Amino acid sequence: MSESLLRVDSIETFYGPIQAIRGISLDVAPGQIVTVLGANGAGKTTVLRTISGVLDPERGRVMFEGKDIARMPPDQVMQLGICHVPEGRETFPFLTVRENLMMGAYTRRDSAGIASDLELCFNYFPRLQERQHQRAGLLSGGEQQMLAISRALMGKPRLLLLDEPSLGLSPLLVQQIFSIIRRINTEQKVAILLVEQNAAIALRTADFGYVLEVGRIVAADDCKTLMARDDIREFYLGQKEAGERGVRRWKKKRMWN
Amino acid sequence: MEDAARILQLVVNGAAAGCIYGLIALGFVLIYKATEMVNFAQGDIMMLGGFVAFSLIAKFGMNYWVGALLAIVITAAFGYLLDAVVLRRVIGQPQFAVVMLTLGLGFIFRAGAGITWGYDSVGFNTPFTNKTVNMGGLIVGADNLSIIVGTLLLCVVLFIFFNKTRLGVAMQAASQNQLAAYYMGIPVRRIFSLIWAISAGVACMAGILLSPVSMIDVNMGSLAIKSFAAAVIGGFGSIPGSLIGGILVGIVEQFAGYKLPAGFQEVTANVVLLLMLIVRPQGLFAERMGKRV
Ligand SMILES: Nc1ncnc2c1ncn2[C@@H]1O[C@H](COP(=O)(O)OP(=O)(O)O)[C@@H](O)[C@H]1O
Ligand SMILES: [Mg+2]
Repeated sequence: MSESLLRVDSIETFYGPIQAIRGISLDVAPGQIVTVLGANGAGKTTVLRTISGVLDPERGRVMFEGKDIARMPPDQVMQLGICHVPEGRETFPFLTVRENLMMGAYTRRDSAGIASDLELCFNYFPRLQERQHQRAGLLSGGEQQMLAISRALMGKPRLLLLDEPSLGLSPLLVQQIFSIIRRINTEQKVAILLVEQNAAIALRTADFGYVLEVGRIVAADDCKTLMARDDIREFYLGQKEAGERGVRRWKKKRMWN
Repeated sequence: MEDAARILQLVVNGAAAGCIYGLIALGFVLIYKATEMVNFAQGDIMMLGGFVAFSLIAKFGMNYWVGALLAIVITAAFGYLLDAVVLRRVIGQPQFAVVMLTLGLGFIFRAGAGITWGYDSVGFNTPFTNKTVNMGGLIVGADNLSIIVGTLLLCVVLFIFFNKTRLGVAMQAASQNQLAAYYMGIPVRRIFSLIWAISAGVACMAGILLSPVSMIDVNMGSLAIKSFAAAVIGGFGSIPGSLIGGILVGIVEQFAGYKLPAGFQEVTANVVLLLMLIVRPQGLFAERMGKRV
């Protein structure tokens, strides 16, 4: 497994005195889709925040292309090629769709490349092109998710971190967005680390999966194998219509500071 | 006829004073939108900027335009450092800590200015001092006119900056969603310091524009109380709102001074504010969507 693109090595992450991640290791190979499943509060979002540098791990390493990026500030991590689609979209509500996308390319200077990536995003999500001059806050939930994914693509990632893209969307929209996620993966050769509560769609989309429970990995296997396991079927596939999803939202924006 | 001219005169004077209130209010609003801090030292930064301009122009004999520009740059740099060194540390602390800190900074600035420049009023010569402009029969003081024109020009520059430049849009982005800005690799801390720099630079410009009309002294920053009213009237969060709020306060104040017994002029800003809070508590230009946090 030395050809990992991303290797997370026994990280432990705290919110003040609360330990949210209790030693997690995972790998993403180039071009692979890896999913992390887990119930609400399992620590999925915290793992992604630790990778993208918004949170620093107390212990452990985050290796990206052989370089330790733990404790690096988010703008540097992003410039190395890791772009984060945060939980709950987190668009800039008063900026237009187009301005939101340009902010995704903030750290880039290659205007030709930026223009062609904008075309690419509009190709994947024609709705965004139609609405490019509207304020992002006026978009529907599905459109905001498309915008959040596209905004991350504008950073020209080699690894895309996706935090619950299915949250609050209709089943049909979830299908559409996940099929585009697959296309982005194969056509742009972007590796994806996908965090989900919707295990059914995540296991169908990804190649490899981890199951997270209160800050620890309790299962790791090929998605096909995971899908066949009885406990996974019971706990993650059986209750996928759980009404809890989407209730808790990221509230206090500065608590991680 | 005499009356119409008089009224126009009042409007021009009021609009000029209102522009100054509006510029300080704009500083309040920029900082508040970005960091949710209310900077009660904003008026005192104007005072410092005025004194710096006085030193450069009257003491060192610089050309008015060069001195004014340099004073704005110096005050902006001061604003940047103020955030980078002091205020960044209190982000996330309870509001009252921030309020006490900025009030305390205001005291320090006044004391520092008193020690450095003394407690007497000073002034410097400007191209607009004691000049008048004849606008189709209406005689207007060039000083008041320069305030209005200067404010309008600044607004155009700021509008272009915030809407058309990468850095300006990033400032808006960081103000709207700090977390997402971090994810985009936007250097949020530096951007907030730059917003402080802009606010301080605008305050300095207000002090310079004001100098042909009123002297510079240690307590001139107290007019920020009226700017605070202007910012609330404008919706505390809207840049055009703060300027229009300022102009409204300025004009109403002029008419109150003309029509009402002495003393009323000083309280009009607060009366307008009270009326506004009763009739339309969200302010004139409240943004439709709440700030997402
Ligand atoms: N900002 C925060 N401050 C304190 N605790 C937090 C914060 N965010 C999350 N937590 C806690 O950390 C744990 C993991 O949360 P999170 O990573 O958001 O889980 P998930 O994304 O799997 O729902 C939870 O117990 C949650 O309560
Ligand atoms: Mg989460």
